[in-house]
Amino acid sequence: MSLFFQKANPMQHDELPHRTLPIDHDGLTLLDNVHPPAWQNPKPADSYNLVIVGAGPAGLVAARAAAALGAKVALIERNLIGGDCLNVGCVPSKAIIRTSRLYAEMRNAENFGARVPSDASADFSIAMERMRRIRAHISRGDSPRRLSAEGVDVYFGEARFAGPGAVAVDGKALRFKKALIATGARPRTPSCPGLAEAGYLTNESVFNLLERPQRLLVIGGGPLGCELAQAFCRLGSHVIIAQMKPTFLPKEERDAAQILSDALTRDGVEIHLNTEVIAVRTEGGQKIADLVSDDNKFSISVDEILTGTGRTPNVEGMNLEAAGVQYDTATGVLVNDFLQTTNARIYAAGDVCLKHKFTHTADASARIVVQNALFLGRKRLTALTIPWCTYTDPEIAHVGLYVREAREKAIPVKTFTILMHDVDRAVTDGEDEGFVKIHLREGTDRILGATVVARHAGEMINGLSLAISSGIGLRALARVIHTYPTQAEAIKMAADAYNRTRLTPTLKSLSRRWLAW
Amino acid sequence: MTEPCVLSDGDLLDGFQRAAFNYFVQECNLTNGLIADTTREGAPASIAVVGFALSSYPVAAERGWMTRADAVARTLVTLRFFWNSPQSEHPDATGYKGFYYHFLDMHSGKRLWHSELSLIDTTLLLAGVLTASAYFTESTPKEMEIRELADALYRRIDWQWAQGGEATVRQGWKPDSGFLHYGWDGYSEATILYVLGLASPTHPLPNSSYAAWTTTYQWENIYDSDILYAGPLFIHQFSHAWIDFDGIQDRFMREKDSNYFENTRRATYIQREYAQRNPHEFKGYGEDCWGITAGDGPGSKTLRIDGIERRLFGYVARGVPYGPDDGTIAPATVLASLPFAPEIALPALRHFCRRYPDVVRDCRIPSGFNPTLASGGPSGWISEGYFGLDQGIIVLMVENYRSRLIWKLMRESPYIRLGLHRAGFAGGWLS
Repeated sequence: MSLFFQKANPMQHDELPHRTLPIDHDGLTLLDNVHPPAWQNPKPADSYNLVIVGAGPAGLVAARAAAALGAKVALIERNLIGGDCLNVGCVPSKAIIRTSRLYAEMRNAENFGARVPSDASADFSIAMERMRRIRAHISRGDSPRRLSAEGVDVYFGEARFAGPGAVAVDGKALRFKKALIATGARPRTPSCPGLAEAGYLTNESVFNLLERPQRLLVIGGGPLGCELAQAFCRLGSHVIIAQMKPTFLPKEERDAAQILSDALTRDGVEIHLNTEVIAVRTEGGQKIADLVSDDNKFSISVDEILTGTGRTPNVEGMNLEAAGVQYDTATGVLVNDFLQTTNARIYAAGDVCLKHKFTHTADASARIVVQNALFLGRKRLTALTIPWCTYTDPEIAHVGLYVREAREKAIPVKTFTILMHDVDRAVTDGEDEGFVKIHLREGTDRILGATVVARHAGEMINGLSLAISSGIGLRALARVIHTYPTQAEAIKMAADAYNRTRLTPTLKSLSRRWLAW
Repeated sequence: MTEPCVLSDGDLLDGFQRAAFNYFVQECNLTNGLIADTTREGAPASIAVVGFALSSYPVAAERGWMTRADAVARTLVTLRFFWNSPQSEHPDATGYKGFYYHFLDMHSGKRLWHSELSLIDTTLLLAGVLTASAYFTESTPKEMEIRELADALYRRIDWQWAQGGEATVRQGWKPDSGFLHYGWDGYSEATILYVLGLASPTHPLPNSSYAAWTTTYQWENIYDSDILYAGPLFIHQFSHAWIDFDGIQDRFMREKDSNYFENTRRATYIQREYAQRNPHEFKGYGEDCWGITAGDGPGSKTLRIDGIERRLFGYVARGVPYGPDDGTIAPATVLASLPFAPEIALPALRHFCRRYPDVVRDCRIPSGFNPTLASGGPSGWISEGYFGLDQGIIVLMVENYRSRLIWKLMRESPYIRLGLHRAGFAGGWLS
């Protein structure tokens, strides 16, 4: 039986995800919000202050901000409003991660002083139904009707630049003073022989599954691969993850990657590090993957293969050459620090041009573009403090410099580490895996960066991002009253540890003398 | 035999050190000098364990546990084997490019278990070779041959090849697949590897390789102690078995106003602090019961013990404070802590003797025990047999604590001095 209502063949990048959406009530609601079938494109204005190509997070933020400030804005989307984040990324993945966490906790109920439910086996279809309902619910905020009400002209169709100052869509020319390219990115196509013929899932198709794959091979140990490997494992699939590098999340700290590896193993994920999938074939309805790790070659049989091996910017098909916009198919649209392309009237934001392909960086970059393009702003991309988080359990969040980066720049760095098992709330919550590491410029309290590994690291990192972006030192954080008991108290504990290092022998001696009464 | 717990400190250490040394006598193939990795049936030879054995023979000769002639004979048969064994790209060879495979057949000396051509294990073997060269300095034909073979073995190693075109050295190489994917990231036991690689008279590593490696270091404040972090305690000990880092500093340690000896002392205290905090509530852990490092374990499984789910491991590198930690204590690493923190290591050793007599039976130290796994006695699970690496680090570190013999020998090694100098070490005994 097909796992999809409408099963897709091996994904092609130009294939529209909505073609494989389950056509149930939530699927129809989602489509009605993000690509209404009966939508009529408006009559173009004579000229727009800002024409935006792509209605993902960057495009939406820029459209709303510009319109709110009185600009005449056109927003063009060829597929689904909301982009990857809403439709095939953050929103659906976090919804199923939440369900998978619940199942994991049910199975571990005894660790929390509770009885394990008589049936803690996962119901995959209910989990996916919930995900679709939540996605449809959240999509309401981005509907073209609402955008129109906010003053944005919404167009559906393929956008092609018709010169340095005009974009054609649906047979109409939209003239612009300024334009923004925000077309996002798509899953990178793995080059593994036989994979395309056998068929595989990406983030663009995995959330359309209706049945749980009994055996799932995840190729790639980056954020997507790790998050979904853990989630599907907790939802009952036998998950095998193959990662070419010696650790998961290779950009993260060694200890963070090790804790994640331990967590995946604990959950039952079959881990193969230093392992490459070299070929895939189909036999008897099963997918057979050949793997190699150093000189060890072996094969595994699975029902589905999910790839998470990076993202490719969407730069094709827009006739960027006609607009004088330079791009690279691997790195995306070429921009300067002000997010201006090689056509001074055209800007880019989000995944199509950024190294850090996150929804929040798309948002931040879009705000830079609105200021720079419409209000003579000189906001710089490099001035941003960008945190990120991998939503495994525990989560792994980071902001600022890594120690390695600081040392490569010859910046002396010292790290203050607090273990979550020393944080009261983490202990009471039974969530004491992980740590907070805050990297300081040695000899000062200036925060260069931080890594948090904790159940709610994504929430905790925000306080540290605020400190970095506002120039608040660790010493000042020690003076901030943190509510007790919270897991974020770990940050205060790190600040207290820093303050203790300031207590030099001389100061201790003086203090003792003062107290000799 | 007298119960260990009633012995004086000197007799206690002598008992443990000699029992550890006996491993090398009992587990040696006298025809080629190879030493078994463990006492378990069918265990292969480990080249690193051979390195510890070669370093232990001078200790035994000095302490009268073995005649000098016997020590010479064992050393010579070992060095002759390594010099004459096949070096090629063939999968069954003993080594390649001067390096050796991690595990060898005890009898034929051929590569076993598809093991890797191991840089760190070759380094530990070479450290033993150079220790022998430094100790056997008499002008007899046999001792002269030891020194000639030692030098030849060192000169044959192609350290530059082992970089695999990268800035730092790789961890290993296999004939069918080439270099292992990963290098050394973060502080590890590889300091001695770089020191010996940098000092090579034939194929020296560039000085920049050490700088590139140390760029991956992390200086952390953990439990209110500033430390160059590494989780498993053996990382803080293995290079120190041969090199006395007390008072000498490389650039990193100069910046931190510390040294690697002091760093190991702090790492030892962090182990004790972690055991006292005992965040995962393992049985036994406390002020005098610590020692979490690489070693044998109860096996890979998950058990619910006293209402708590426990994930257990086999032979893995356990560490603190991030883990992995399954409640397994490795007593050998406590003995290896003696030169750095005897004031906490000796009480811990005596605690083991009093509380866990079946663990330290006849003064022999198993790889690990796990009191959390309930069984007939308080020790819980005890590792079967004995592991050569544990016995080797005990012999050398107890000796360094008692007489500093190995450190003194290696201080005089021109290769060690040159390697340290090229790595940027200065001060202290290097001045």
